[in-house]
Amino acid sequence: MTAVIGREAVRVDGREKVTGSARYSGEIALPGLAYAEIVGALVARGRITSIDTRAAENAGGVAAVLTRRDLPAVNRVPLVPSLMGGPAPGETFFPMQDDEVHYAGQPVAIVVADSLEQARYAASLVEVSYAGAPSVTTIGQGRGDAYEPEKIFGGFMPARSRRGDARDGLASADLGVDATFRFAPNHHNALEPMTTTAVWEDDRLTLYDSCQGIKAVQLTVAALLGMSPSRIRVLTRYVGGAFGSKAMVWPHVTLAALAARHVRRPVRLTVSRAQMFTSYGHREEQEQRVRLGARRDGALTAIRHDKISVTSPFDDWAEPAFCAASQLYAAPAFEGVHRLVRGNTMTPTFTRGPGEAAGVFSLECAMDELAGRLGIDPVELRMRNLSDVDPNTGHPWSSSGFAECLRRGAERFGWDARDPRPGREREGDQLIGTGMAAAAYPVAFFMRTQRARARLYADGTAVVGTAAQEFGTGMTTVLTQVAADALGLGLDDVRLDYGDTDLPTAGSPVGSNGAMMVSAAVHYAAAAVRDRLVALAAGDPASPLHGADPAWITVDGGRMALADDPGAGESYGELMERHLMGDTEALGTWDPPPLDTPYGLLTFGAQFARVAVDADLGTVRVRHMVGAFAPGRVLNPRTARSQLMGGMLWGMSQALLEGTHMDAGLGRWANASLGDYLVPVNADAPEVDVELIEVDDDVTGPLGVKGVGEIGQVGSGAAIANAVHHATGHRVHELPITVEDLLPALEWEAGR
Amino acid sequence: MAIHVGSPPLEGTSKARTVALTVNGEGVELRIEPRVSLLDALREHLGLTGTKKGCDQGTCGACTVWSDGRRVLSCLTLAVAGEGHEITTVEGLQDGGELHPMQAAFIAHDAFQCGYCTPGQLMSAVALLEEGRAADDEIAEWMSGNICRCAAYPNIRDAIREVRDAAGGE
Ligand code: FES
Ligand code: FES
Repeated sequence: MTAVIGREAVRVDGREKVTGSARYSGEIALPGLAYAEIVGALVARGRITSIDTRAAENAGGVAAVLTRRDLPAVNRVPLVPSLMGGPAPGETFFPMQDDEVHYAGQPVAIVVADSLEQARYAASLVEVSYAGAPSVTTIGQGRGDAYEPEKIFGGFMPARSRRGDARDGLASADLGVDATFRFAPNHHNALEPMTTTAVWEDDRLTLYDSCQGIKAVQLTVAALLGMSPSRIRVLTRYVGGAFGSKAMVWPHVTLAALAARHVRRPVRLTVSRAQMFTSYGHREEQEQRVRLGARRDGALTAIRHDKISVTSPFDDWAEPAFCAASQLYAAPAFEGVHRLVRGNTMTPTFTRGPGEAAGVFSLECAMDELAGRLGIDPVELRMRNLSDVDPNTGHPWSSSGFAECLRRGAERFGWDARDPRPGREREGDQLIGTGMAAAAYPVAFFMRTQRARARLYADGTAVVGTAAQEFGTGMTTVLTQVAADALGLGLDDVRLDYGDTDLPTAGSPVGSNGAMMVSAAVHYAAAAVRDRLVALAAGDPASPLHGADPAWITVDGGRMALADDPGAGESYGELMERHLMGDTEALGTWDPPPLDTPYGLLTFGAQFARVAVDADLGTVRVRHMVGAFAPGRVLNPRTARSQLMGGMLWGMSQALLEGTHMDAGLGRWANASLGDYLVPVNADAPEVDVELIEVDDDVTGPLGVKGVGEIGQVGSGAAIANAVHHATGHRVHELPITVEDLLPALEWEAGR
Repeated sequence: MAIHVGSPPLEGTSKARTVALTVNGEGVELRIEPRVSLLDALREHLGLTGTKKGCDQGTCGACTVWSDGRRVLSCLTLAVAGEGHEITTVEGLQDGGELHPMQAAFIAHDAFQCGYCTPGQLMSAVALLEEGRAADDEIAEWMSGNICRCAAYPNIRDAIREVRDAAGGE
């Protein structure tokens, strides 16, 4: 059998993407299309005292200017993560329902016009007056009023977690580390701006939306507007990146639908790049304090991990900082607490590696410090604290591979040659350093039933349909591979249909779960078709396979044959023609294991980085990164490596470049553009080596897939920060690490 | 405190006029306002949506096209300023049904994920070879006007190197 799974297949949508024929959500041609532009609040807190829309209404081409008076009352829908498979608004607040302003950029009016230019111009004419009030937007402003919520993450996780007695563990340690880390807020800034095109036909609504989960969009808009989901169809073929920003459903989507209903025309609403900073949440500003206790031999006695962060006026949202961070090591005691500051910002949201990217960063920088204090090699220190079981529950891992990741990563990087003493290696003006960190990301079974349908035609080609989505992860390519594999067909003979809510239900591919959950349903659908035809052949006196044990029949290239006698067999087509079957189809479903499955569920990895710090300028360049990961079974090494590489570079970016700065006086983001919010460009990106370590996993579905979307980002920033310390002898506790952080230390060093 | 804030009005309305463009070798006439950017003319008026809008502010490179073979940001170029120039977009890269070698190399090296930056990257990558900026230590710098948020950068460099080497030079 020619293995299709595990093959380095090129992307099934590659051709469309390189020729420019791929149509993203804002590129669907529609007759009578009108363009909508949001007018956002200019104050962070206060009340609208008046809106003068006359000038805007009189501007050329304007079809309507909507304010809260033109909008119906919208239902209140609880914030539940989209992975759960239900309605998933990004925040419980819906704008344009009253005169209150809760955050800068909050939509206060919408202009609809015949052309983009007319809409944008008219939006600039809307005159809004406010009675402003003082706002709180940073930890610094709200620390005194910080509180411990009962639950975080959409009411989904407890704010506090513990095992053993951390106080005792810290007290009885030979040695401790106590470190506090500060993280700037981050905005995902997917390259495609959020775009929704809404079309009504009578009471039926079609949405073309730049989103991460079409089902979530359908159910959320239905819940907000009190409509039946059966009246709403969402079509999304291509999405220009998401990284968590499009996992939840944000107000502009429903606003586009309401605007289209108001003007009785198709309406396209595109969020401008500046508005991208106030339209879909963000990774919240946060501070984390980690205290480690250890014995002289390196064994951890306790971990205490505290986080404080800013949330919105409406929701208790915090990225959970210590899922993986509490599970990585066998410390007998752990305690972690999330505290929140209510601020005048949007509700924060999932950002690639949600929670873990910052939580593991803090833990792994503290571990590096501990290794230095103990005089133990950082890789060795991790090895000494490995756990055979999930330390939180005592359950065995469904699969691990952690030690192998540490070993193989170190080998590929050449870690053994390292001089552990900081500040020893120099190339001219460049201080060279190396660092490492562990990586981990949870596998969560929160989703509902997943479905897919497979149809095989008598000519030996198949169409497989599922309401799954592609936003660059390569999911449609691996799903095509999974279907071809189960059907025993070549890749070119299978076409995947996706991105349409009328197809069998699949959940939002978020939390690195896309490939795992949907591939299982696709596998079962395709296998059901194959099994039916194999059974038919075995029972058909006219078939060369008559009487054979179906378990001994294999299919390759659409031909069924005996495993031990490949000469005996026939094609699907021959069998189907005899039985007058034009096609045959089957539904495949997969239900995730229960939430209390008695296994530890974590994907593991290890990250290594080499940096050069300019001794005079304090600039940091990353020269090389190596990541070794154990994501279960790898369906397609090519797309998996790309995802992991992208994640590792996101980690680099989090460590060295990215930060949204709040102007605390105004309560507005101060650098809301791609010129001022730094993301990596080509010259920032070093060569990246990805090592894939396959581990067998019987728990995470029929194919043993664990996921690659986020773990690349976890730990890579810490490896870089640790490398900066190794290069300079100086530890920066604030992300992003900037020249300003490093220069004083370097100057002091030079002056010595 | 009372605040009265109005955003500064943009330039006023303007009358549509006829703009004659040559796009991918074909002459086209458009009735558009002078304030329409080349990017919006391509996407909204000519249906050529291969050219992408990532920022509309000249910061991301997604809208890169060629004007007389030179790379320009179409979001910062008025359509009227395109008159008298040969405009080439990603839709003009193919030769008949054949992919341009750079397009094929991008697929082979997995030089994209979401694909939204890809048309701009391709227009820059092909121009780079023409400009003679494709030495190993030049590619990263001269491709840095095109942001790839998916961070496919190392693979983009691999693709460019392959096409450069196949063409037999730096
Ligand atoms: S859209 Fe022109 S540079 Fe971003
Ligand atoms: S492929 Fe997504 S931005 Fe480059």
